[in-house]
Amino acid sequence: MSRLSLKGITKSFGAIHALENVSLDIAAGEVLGLMGDNGAGKSTLVKVIAGNFRPTRGEMRMDDRPVEFHRPVDAQRAGIEVVYQDLALCDNLTAASNVFLGREATRRVGPIKVIDYAEMHRTSAGLFRQLKSETRPRDLVRKMSGGQRQAVAIARTLLSKPKIVLMDEPTAAISVRQVAEVLDLIRRLRDQGISVVLISHRMPDVFAVADKIAVLRRGSLVTAKPAAHSSPEEVTGLITGAIEAA
Amino acid sequence: MTSTLDQAIDQIQHRGTLSRMMSHQIFWVFAAAVLACLALTLMTDTFATERNLFNVSRNFAFVAIIAIGMTAVIASGGIDLSVGSVVVLSAMVISTMMESGNSFWLSAICALLVALAVGAINGTLIAYAGMPAFVVTLGMLSAARSAAMVLSNNKMIWEFGPDHDLLLWIGGGSTLGLPHPLYALIALTLVTGFVFRWTRWGQYLFAIGGNEQAATLTGIPVKRLKVTIYMFSAFTAGIAGILMAGWLGSVTTNLGQAMELTVIAAAVIGGANLAGGEGTATGAVVGALLIEVIRNSLILLGISTFWQGMFIGTFIVVAVGFDRVRHMRN
Ligand SMILES: Nc1ncnc2c1ncn2[C@@H]1O[C@H](COP(=O)(O)OP(=O)(O)O)[C@@H](O)[C@H]1O
Ligand SMILES: [Mg+2]
Repeated sequence: MSRLSLKGITKSFGAIHALENVSLDIAAGEVLGLMGDNGAGKSTLVKVIAGNFRPTRGEMRMDDRPVEFHRPVDAQRAGIEVVYQDLALCDNLTAASNVFLGREATRRVGPIKVIDYAEMHRTSAGLFRQLKSETRPRDLVRKMSGGQRQAVAIARTLLSKPKIVLMDEPTAAISVRQVAEVLDLIRRLRDQGISVVLISHRMPDVFAVADKIAVLRRGSLVTAKPAAHSSPEEVTGLITGAIEAA
Repeated sequence: MTSTLDQAIDQIQHRGTLSRMMSHQIFWVFAAAVLACLALTLMTDTFATERNLFNVSRNFAFVAIIAIGMTAVIASGGIDLSVGSVVVLSAMVISTMMESGNSFWLSAICALLVALAVGAINGTLIAYAGMPAFVVTLGMLSAARSAAMVLSNNKMIWEFGPDHDLLLWIGGGSTLGLPHPLYALIALTLVTGFVFRWTRWGQYLFAIGGNEQAATLTGIPVKRLKVTIYMFSAFTAGIAGILMAGWLGSVTTNLGQAMELTVIAAAVIGGANLAGGEGTATGAVVGALLIEVIRNSLILLGISTFWQGMFIGTFIVVAVGFDRVRHMRN
C-alpha cells in the first residue's frame, strides 16, 4: 500500500503543459528525490500535492483512498506539510512562535483566550529534541544559524504529526555544513515513518538520503526507481535527455 | 500564572536582567527622560511644581494614547498619517452632536464609530486594494479634516448642550490629583500591552510586520487583520479627540494639526521599528513622555519653542541610528 499515489496527473497553464500524465507512488517512510531541469515541473508537482493547484486531470490517493485538495488547508488536514524554499519564517519572533505560527496553543483565562507560551515552549523543545537539533524555543529566529532555521521550519511541519513532508529546494542557498544538517533532519523524519519528497539540484544530496529517485523532463516523468538501482550519471543523462527513459 | 513566573525566572537566568534591560531602547529613552526631569528639577524651581507636573502628564497623555495605536500599525509594517485628522473629526462629531442636545455618551459612541469607520476605510484600501499605507492615509489626512470642516461649517464649537460640564470634566478634570486623560492612557497601555503579548491578534500583528508572506503562507488572515489594525489606530485617535475636546472646552478645525508627526516620533523613539515587527505599548508611552519633557523644558528654560522640532528630530534620528547599530551587532 502506498502512502501517496498519483495517477495520470496533468497540469496545464493555458498552452503550457507543466505536468503530463505523471504517475508516481511513495511509500510510508520513503524519501523520494525529485529531480529535473529548471521548468521541468517539479515545483508544480509539489504544489499540486500541497493543494496550491488543482490538477487539470488525474487522481491522487492517500493510503488507498481518493483525495481532492481545493486549498492548502485541505492537504494540511490530510497530513501533508510543506517546507517552503525561503523557509517562510518571521525573524522577529521566537523559534516556538514560528513553529506554532497560525495555530498557536491557547488556554482560557476567564472570557478570553490567551496564548499558552509554556505549552508552546514545551512542545517545540520536544520537537527540536526529536530532530536532535540544539535550537532553543525562546531564541529569536533572527539570531539563528542557517541550520537552526531549517530545524525551525521542519519542526513546524512536525507539529501536526504529518504523513508527508514536501521540501522544495531546501538546500539551495545554504552552506555545506548546513546541508549535512538538513540531510540529517530528513533522515529523522524518515525514521518516524514520515514520507519526504525532496526537490534538489544537488545530485550528492539526493543520493545521500533518497530511497527512490524520480526525474521529470518537460513535464513528463522519465524515471521512478530505487536509488540503489540508479546512479548520478544515469540521472544526469535523464535530466538532459541524453538518456530517453529508464 | 506559575508558568509565566517560571518563564520570567528562566529568562532572567538566561540572559541577565541588567544586560536585558540595557539592550532595550525603552530603557535608554526612559533614562533620558528621567535625567531631563532631574536636571530640570535642579535648574528651575518651576518644573517640579504640582501645577506643571499636572500639565505635563495631561499633555503627554494625548500623544501617548495615539502613539499606542500608531505602534500597532508600525509594528505590522504600516504607517498611519491620518491620526491628526481623525482627532479633529472625532472631536467635531462629538461636539456638534452634543451642541444639538444629544447626551455625552451617545455622542461619544458616534464619534468613536466614525473614527472606526475611517480606520476601516484605510485598512480596506491598504489590505484588499493593495495600496501603499503611506498614500492611503495621506489621502485620509486630507479627507477626514475636510469632513470635520464640512460638519462644523468651519466654526468653533464651545457650547456642548446638556452634558457640557460632563464633557469638560472627563477631558479636563482630575481624580485623586491625576488628570483624567492619564487614566485613559494607563488603561490603554495595560490592555494593549497584554493584547500584544498574550493574544493571537498581537502575535499575528508582529508576524505580519516580520514577514508578511510567511504570515500568509501559514494561513493567518492577513488582510482581515490589517483592517482591524488600522481601526485600532483610528480608535485611539478618536478617544484622544473626545478627551481633547473636553480639555480645551472648545473645538476648532485645526485641532490635531501636524499631530501625526509627533505621534510617529513618539512611537519610533519608543522603539517601534518602521521596517515592521517591533514595538511596545510602554515604549510608545515613554517616547511620548520624552517628547513632552523636552517641550516643557524648553519653555521653562526660556528657550524659544522654535527649537523643539530640532530636538525631536535629533532624537528620532538618534533612536533609529541606535537601532541600526544594535541590529548590525547581531
Ligand atoms: N502559475 C503558473 N502560471 C503559468 N505557468 C506556470 C505557473 N507555474 C509554473 N508554470 C510553468 O510551468 C512549467 C514548470 O514550472 P516549475 O514547476 O516551476 O518547474 P521547476 O520547479 O521544475 O523548475 C514552467 O514552464 C513554468 O513556466
Ligand atoms: Mg522550482
